[in-house]
Amino acid sequence: MSLNNNILIKLNNAGYRHKNKWLVRDVSFIIEKGKIVTLIGPNGSGKSTIAKIALGIHKKIDGEVEKYTDKIGYVPQKISIDWTLPLRVHDFMLLTENIEDEAVNEALSSTGVINLKDKNLGNLSGGEFQRVLLARAISKKPELLVLDEPVQGVDFTGEIALYELIKKISDELNCGILLVSHDLHTVMSATDHVVCLNGHVCCSGSPIDVAKNNEYKALFGEKAAQILTRYEHNHDHVHTIDGDIKKN
Amino acid sequence: MLDDFFIRALVAGIGIAFVAGPLGCFVVWRRLSYFGDTLAHSALLGVTIAYSLEFNIAVSIFLISSVIALILIQLQKKTNLPSDALLGLLAHSSLAVGLVVIGFLTFIRFDIMGLLFGDILAVSKKDLVTIWVGGSLILLVLRLIWRPLFASTVNYELAEAEGLKPDRAKAVFTILLAAIIAISIKLVGVLLITGMLIIPTAMARNLSDNPQKMVFFSIIGGLLSVVIGLFSSLEFNTPSGPSIITAALALFIISLLKIKQTIKLKN
Repeated sequence: MSLNNNILIKLNNAGYRHKNKWLVRDVSFIIEKGKIVTLIGPNGSGKSTIAKIALGIHKKIDGEVEKYTDKIGYVPQKISIDWTLPLRVHDFMLLTENIEDEAVNEALSSTGVINLKDKNLGNLSGGEFQRVLLARAISKKPELLVLDEPVQGVDFTGEIALYELIKKISDELNCGILLVSHDLHTVMSATDHVVCLNGHVCCSGSPIDVAKNNEYKALFGEKAAQILTRYEHNHDHVHTIDGDIKKN
Repeated sequence: MLDDFFIRALVAGIGIAFVAGPLGCFVVWRRLSYFGDTLAHSALLGVTIAYSLEFNIAVSIFLISSVIALILIQLQKKTNLPSDALLGLLAHSSLAVGLVVIGFLTFIRFDIMGLLFGDILAVSKKDLVTIWVGGSLILLVLRLIWRPLFASTVNYELAEAEGLKPDRAKAVFTILLAAIIAISIKLVGVLLITGMLIIPTAMARNLSDNPQKMVFFSIIGGLLSVVIGLFSSLEFNTPSGPSIITAALALFIISLLKIKQTIKLKN
């Protein structure tokens, strides 16, 4: 057992081979309650693979995964739903667990899509669907949330609001979050620990450490490292979840 | 009352419709109609084995269908052939082997038409027990695996990630499919069982906007098909299986008209 009972999941030199080709290898990190760990890296660097290893979707892995929770919420990167299956947003919310109506409404409101509750899943836009996926994962009040590119297709203002929501969830539910993103820029403010991947761990540490790291600069370019300064400016207004502007 | 062959056929058909509705929905959602067909074709082999060994027909079909399903899984792992080719291979070869074995068993008189297309006269009181007890068991087990099966039908990775064990649910579902084929072969016949599973469900899809409704309407569709089909089978002296399926087709066509109407209303 773990010495620290805040640990939710621990990867020890985890890796995954497909047809004798390593997709990703030797990845180790720990996710604790209330902490956000972000995986970044270019396309094909193994971010989603690591998320799937952590979740137990990939079973024949190298290394090991120690999991100390069963209450998991997952937002996959890609999801294709067969439209021969008639499914409303409401049905989708109850997919893996029975959840009280109040919690369903609360989760849908928090991601700004409560108005879509009775809509058919097939009629949603990409961004709307993404918000529903996130609402479903958080409505279970999980201990561990795994979010694979959770805001893809969401408009820019919505993106920032959703990341703020993710940060808020991690504080309120005290749940651990594994966040996959291809760019550090937008997730910077929320993250506790960053793992930069490119088939293996390039570098890891606090967001500021990673942004200053030379390997990170080599992967993402000098520009990316300058995001820190961009992030420190002050806003004179805030954006609500649905994109409205509120002056401070 | 059950001494009348027609009443027996009706009671059997109603029992089958209750089970075929929910199972049929999963067959359609999971795109398993050709898989179901393959299991059904292999049932003929099960019948011949049952006759030659004087064994219970339903049990024998159930075992053979399950074996065919296992062989399919092995072939999928070990060959480079696409699934539909493997399904075709198994479906037709098991049907062919079944018919060849029948040819050899000259000392038993087979009603091949009855086996292939169902026979309204063939349902005995014992069959009714098999259908209703077996059918209740199938529905009970389906109820137990509903959530993992449904969740993994929507998205396998979500179900796996959130701890629902979708592989186990899938294996159990395959067994249930073999079981419904075993209990309904006498009335509907080897070649048309899949139709009983998917045509009422296809009709239900046209009328439903959520999964529960679709299950409900496919049961209703199945019940109507059975009742209409069996009455016309009696009236026109046609084989029971094709009559039921034709009735189901008619209902499907009517449901298409309903869609047209709703589209008109919306415009």
